[in-house]
Amino acid sequence: MRAFRTVTSRAAVLDRPDVDTDQIIPKQFLKRIERTGFGEFLFFDWRKDPDFELNRPQAQGTRILLAGRNFGCGSSREHAPWALQDYGFDAVVAPSFGDIFKQNSLKIGLLPVTLPAEQVHELMARARDGEELTVDLGARTAGGFPFELDDFQRECLLDGLDEIALTLREDAAIAAYEAAHAAPISTLAV
Amino acid sequence: MGRTLFEKVWESHLVSQGEGRPDLLYVDLHLVHEVTSPQAFEGLRIAGRRVRRPDLTLATMDHNVATGDDTPADPLSELQLDALARNCAEFGVPLYATGSGREGIVHVIGPELGLTQPGLTIVCGDSHTSTHGAVGALAFGIGTSEVEHVLATQTLAQRRPRSLRIRFEGVMPPAVTAKDLVLAAIGKLGVDGGVGHVVEYAGPVIERLSMEGRLTICNMSIEAGARAGMIAPDETTFAYLEGRAGAPQGAAWEAALDRWRALPTDADATFDREVVIDATAIRSQVTWGTNPGMVVPIDGAVPDPAAMDDADDRAAAERALAYMGLEPGTPIREIEVGRVFIGSCTNSRIEDLRAAAAVVRGRHVHPSVRAMVVPGSAQVKRQAEAEGLDRIFTAAGFEWRRAGCSMCLGMNPDILAPGERCASTSNRNFEGRQGAGGRTHLVSPAVAAATALVGHFAEAGEV
Repeated sequence: MRAFRTVTSRAAVLDRPDVDTDQIIPKQFLKRIERTGFGEFLFFDWRKDPDFELNRPQAQGTRILLAGRNFGCGSSREHAPWALQDYGFDAVVAPSFGDIFKQNSLKIGLLPVTLPAEQVHELMARARDGEELTVDLGARTAGGFPFELDDFQRECLLDGLDEIALTLREDAAIAAYEAAHAAPISTLAV
Repeated sequence: MGRTLFEKVWESHLVSQGEGRPDLLYVDLHLVHEVTSPQAFEGLRIAGRRVRRPDLTLATMDHNVATGDDTPADPLSELQLDALARNCAEFGVPLYATGSGREGIVHVIGPELGLTQPGLTIVCGDSHTSTHGAVGALAFGIGTSEVEHVLATQTLAQRRPRSLRIRFEGVMPPAVTAKDLVLAAIGKLGVDGGVGHVVEYAGPVIERLSMEGRLTICNMSIEAGARAGMIAPDETTFAYLEGRAGAPQGAAWEAALDRWRALPTDADATFDREVVIDATAIRSQVTWGTNPGMVVPIDGAVPDPAAMDDADDRAAAERALAYMGLEPGTPIREIEVGRVFIGSCTNSRIEDLRAAAAVVRGRHVHPSVRAMVVPGSAQVKRQAEAEGLDRIFTAAGFEWRRAGCSMCLGMNPDILAPGERCASTSNRNFEGRQGAGGRTHLVSPAVAAATALVGHFAEAGEV
């Protein structure tokens, strides 16, 4: 996973609720078997509209996305955070996120920041004025507003830790669970 | 203090717990398909890791498969299907490949094989994994990084979600189906109403529902934002599972029944949130917008955004109506439809096909409509053909196709053209979901069938 510490940048504003992962990366791009190269297809259909938010001059080169409530709802496709990160975003700030999208983002070092809707709207106003914002994971602040993220996730992100390696350190506990619980099914036996 | 069904399953799968970090849960069944797994297998290969428990892992081909000979698969789809076959061979994962006679939509074959059982933890790189909760399992969708984690460790690090119980009280009217119940619930909760929660569906209406109806309800939990939906196992569940290939047999069956009967939520258990819905008042549902919460009864009309209080909702509704090509106030029954799709992990099981066939028997699809039926699995297809349902559909002018996800998301050639309007039994009406510019209305199989016959939204009793 890519480590995340702090980012300072102007921000792109996408003030729509319930943006689903089908919009973030449409299905025809899910046929690739690589993890990279999805950025050019980000919001593929919406970007055909010249006035789409990410096509506007002030959105160019931004590394922070300010979004509406329930951002990333719908399909579990991790291709959505891959596309956002590959396009150039390091953090997404929204009043709420789809659960799976949020989890997927944390796994790859794209920081999902949850703030109250009023604060997100204030940041949107500041971003529209061209102000640069800082998202600081060490201090757990975004544009000066404190946000919550548990210590475990924060450390994983700060250090870019491989969570599988962390879990494999608990191999003894996993083996003990397996020894105590006979598998209720076998996919080899059907 | 009593415990909920969810708490019992969660707590019995804890491998480790620690202050300030997520719980580590054991995974009993990991389902895999071709779209969300290639990068996970590649990650294992790069790190020199193996699949810890191939015997708890099962792969199928569903999203990309061509459902007819008229539509050859796209070369990129073929590459992805080949990659799954190679990965399964290399890592020892059992695979139900296209043409094996056992393939199908991952959320149809799990229950059908009897591998989806009460009390299990089940994950898959697919948000509709919530389906499997209908038997009393804790089942949820994960992303590709988590797929890799489960392949390597058979565990998943998760924060415990909150709990929400939705009780359906009253009596479901005769024309109403499980699909209508869940669409009405999403309409009431909103598409983010279940975020951060596991839902338990309960109440007399759920207790009387068939197993397949329960699968439909749990399937759409994610459309209200809830990662998992669950229903307490009961005699309906046990009768459904008994004798299936993956279910316990003999003495093991009796022992399993004892365990499963201890799973339902205790009378004195509490939920973080409770919602009660009167099923007596629910009618057939039709979505009008671009998410599943934008839904009204078939007797209703397209809503007027100007009447909405919340500014975000109003803007979203205006965008949705522009995309859908609809005017506020239009009666739902007057909306004309050019395509009908009966299929998907929501509504492609044998009961769904029987319900649709009962409506179309002896009638014919409207001349302006192209309609297709895509069974959820090779087994559903065989059973339907043994019952003669395929002949009812084809005689009526429906296309009868091979099993797969098909036009639910259009990763294969089954897609809408821009501007085409479709009555679909699937689960998502997002912009472009069934093809760029396509306009999707979510309905039950009975409404889809009736709509195909008359060319506009209709219920079975009207055709």
